Amino acid sequence: MSTEALRAPPDPRYPGHHAAEAGAPPQLTGHGAGGPAPKRIVVGYGFWIFLLSDVIMFSAFFAAYAVLFKNTAGGPSAQQLFDLRNTAAETACLLASTFTCGMASLAVGERSQKWTQLALLATGLLGLAFITLEVREFVSLVSRGAGPSRSAFLSSFFTLVGCHGVHVTAGLLWLGTMMAQFYAKGFRRDIRHRFLCFSLFWHALDIIWVGIFSLVYLVGTLPPELLP
Amino acid sequence: MFGKLSWQAIPFDQPIPLAAGVLVVFFIFGVLTWVWAKGYLPYLWREWITSVDHKRIGIMYCILALVMLLRGFIDALMMRSQQALAFHAAGYLPPEHYDQIFSAHGTIMIFFVAMPFVIGLMNFVVPLQLGIRDVAFPTLNSVGFWLTAVGAMLVNFSLVVGEFARTGWLPYPPLSELTYSPGVGVDYYLWAIQISGIGTLMTGINLVTTILKMRAPGMNYMRMPVFCWTSLASSLLIVAAFPVLTATLAMLLLDRYVDFHFFSNIAGGNAMMFMNLIWAWGHPEVYILVLPAFGVYSEVVATFSGKPLFGYRSMVIATMAICILSFTVWLHHFFTMGAGADVNAVFGIASMLIAIPTGVKVYNWLFTMYGGSVRFSSPMLWALGFMVTFVIGGMTGVLLAVPPADFLLHNSLFLVAHFHNTIIGGVVFGAFAGYTFWFPKAFGFTLDERLGKASFWCWFVGFYVAFVPLYVVGLEGMTRRMQHYDRPEWHPWMLVAALGALIILCGIALQVAQLTISIRSRERRREPTGDPWDGRSLEWATPSPPPTFNFAVLPTVTNEEPYWTVKQQAREQRRLVTPEPHYESIEMPRNSPVGFVTAFFAFVTGFSLIWHIWWLVVLGLVCAYATFVVFAWRDVVEFDIPAEEVARIDRANRQARADSLRELAR
Repeated sequence: MSTEALRAPPDPRYPGHHAAEAGAPPQLTGHGAGGPAPKRIVVGYGFWIFLLSDVIMFSAFFAAYAVLFKNTAGGPSAQQLFDLRNTAAETACLLASTFTCGMASLAVGERSQKWTQLALLATGLLGLAFITLEVREFVSLVSRGAGPSRSAFLSSFFTLVGCHGVHVTAGLLWLGTMMAQFYAKGFRRDIRHRFLCFSLFWHALDIIWVGIFSLVYLVGTLPPELLP
Repeated sequence: MFGKLSWQAIPFDQPIPLAAGVLVVFFIFGVLTWVWAKGYLPYLWREWITSVDHKRIGIMYCILALVMLLRGFIDALMMRSQQALAFHAAGYLPPEHYDQIFSAHGTIMIFFVAMPFVIGLMNFVVPLQLGIRDVAFPTLNSVGFWLTAVGAMLVNFSLVVGEFARTGWLPYPPLSELTYSPGVGVDYYLWAIQISGIGTLMTGINLVTTILKMRAPGMNYMRMPVFCWTSLASSLLIVAAFPVLTATLAMLLLDRYVDFHFFSNIAGGNAMMFMNLIWAWGHPEVYILVLPAFGVYSEVVATFSGKPLFGYRSMVIATMAICILSFTVWLHHFFTMGAGADVNAVFGIASMLIAIPTGVKVYNWLFTMYGGSVRFSSPMLWALGFMVTFVIGGMTGVLLAVPPADFLLHNSLFLVAHFHNTIIGGVVFGAFAGYTFWFPKAFGFTLDERLGKASFWCWFVGFYVAFVPLYVVGLEGMTRRMQHYDRPEWHPWMLVAALGALIILCGIALQVAQLTISIRSRERRREPTGDPWDGRSLEWATPSPPPTFNFAVLPTVTNEEPYWTVKQQAREQRRLVTPEPHYESIEMPRNSPVGFVTAFFAFVTGFSLIWHIWWLVVLGLVCAYATFVVFAWRDVVEFDIPAEEVARIDRANRQARADSLRELAR
């Protein structure tokens, strides 16, 4: 079998484009053409795509909130309801938890069971503090007669912020199983891949919170004359 | 204890759904008993239900679609016969039942026929065409399929337990709000679509990752088969559009379950926001369906013309242009909302723009045939039927994109005729072309051509007889979803349309006969080389049916038609040109019941949410979570196929191909 026999014919459809020689290194043929990517890349990439879809879901809730923002139906408005001190505390908790989650990534890189567990525990506790603050805010709103059934504005507020809260809660469940897996199975390759996805998820929730905290809380507490 | 569920939920007083339900229950029971008695259950569990093989999952998607097609088509027959009879009369379907039928027809045909069919074809074909062993996330693939199947099951459950939505295939508020639809029908719709929608999203993510990150060595973007390109575009649209559907339906669920006010007409709710959000998903959705069909036609036309596809690059550009433009036209579904002349003009022009890339595609197919030696096998007949039909449907679409014309035709039967023209002529014909084209690849034997062609002609003729009358009465002012009417000039057209539905029924009967007869005579129809149509892309390089691992050695791609190139050289030299490779053992993912089990609990959760059985909701969710934890705990995720086994399978196929080359030499 000579290489001559395998040579691809010139490509008549593209003047100036010749089909590559057989046996040429496939790496030279363009992006992603060097054969299937390694598992770590595939897993991380797929999870990024999921996160993008999740962001799109949030964007629908953001859009609904923007449309219904002024539809208070004679009930309380954002300006009368929001308490920026509570929001600041929530934000601090969530940002700090992102920092500790980053620490956990470093600890996993170092294969340190002790520091991984500690950093993940800190992440979980900060996440729990965030959820507690959020639930407290929701309870206080409802007790003041500003529950989600009061107006379309409040429906969309509770849904948008609550959806983020549900994500954080699901993240906490995931975090618990992550800690258990590291503890029981060690730093196995597939578990490290899962942890990569978890940390992407946790950081993405932070990004969404930045959107909520600026577009919902900061814009909501602007003096009415500054609102569009 | 059982929430809203009681014996009243079973429609003892309505003979039609009751009889249908009893028949279906007996049929399922019969099939299960047969499977049990024959001892097939362990085989089914081991090889299919728990399978994570993309080919098996793709086939199961297509089976789901075909079964649901029968269900959706029975609905269509009932609607056509009701409208044929209900001139100055009540017909035989009372309004509340008729409303459920047209809602179920649309829901089933879009979500549980068209979607699973195209996803099934993509699942089966894409990894083979890319020259790889499986999709990026095989277990996730299984979860996605079973969630879709469970969604279909929920919709069909509503036939016997409770009722289905009476709000049309998209539940427009305020009609779909609890005030005006207090029954469980809308809840059935919402939970079925939420569950299957999550499954679809998983598939979309899976295919995007597969196509972008897992191609055979040397296959750069401009060497991917067009079907892979259209699958990529469709999957990208799934990833970008389905989250919007999930969010929108979640808002409606909150309105219905916990008294939120997104779309209600009190407390500041905005019903028109629902139309905007649902069509921001809904318009990309039609391209999610039709783009893979375009890909099928591209493969079929090139193969049966014996030529490479004309204008490959323009095809790719047109596909991606449609992918983007599809997000810019949603408002044309409700020009009558009153957004103003400027807004309507913008969306009208954007809608017409989509005809340009689509036109490019049609010309590419025509030029591919030009100068080729066209073989009129049944996949090619579907493709030709599509070209004629779809162009007509596209032109009526451009007509509807003119806002003043749309004001007259909005929600008339003209619109119904238009979208059936594009969806049957585009998606369904494409699905059937793909089904006949890849069936021999999936099972190793060909389908009966004579019956296949007869079935095509029945579908083709039946389609025109059924839907051209709807264009006419639509222009005469007949609106959609009428349970009865009193205009004498519509009646003859309704009779003709019913006749058309009967002709399509003949087409379906012929397809059933084709499948049965082909299976019975399969030994005679075996195709040893794995390449029955003289194919051009890599899937035809594998044996039929392909082994679990698809390719003994990952192929190296050097041009757009790697298989065709090697095959031509082999033909010229009358022998195999690729030397026998060095076989190594192959690692494949192990089967897993996690998809089936999770979907089972999703069904339990969905059903109990519909009937407000709260303790069961909690139980279902906890069990689904536990399933995932158990799955995360498993230690052995792959199994080894020994090199000898790989060699045995590949050598057999090489032998068959060498034999056929010697045959050629004689």
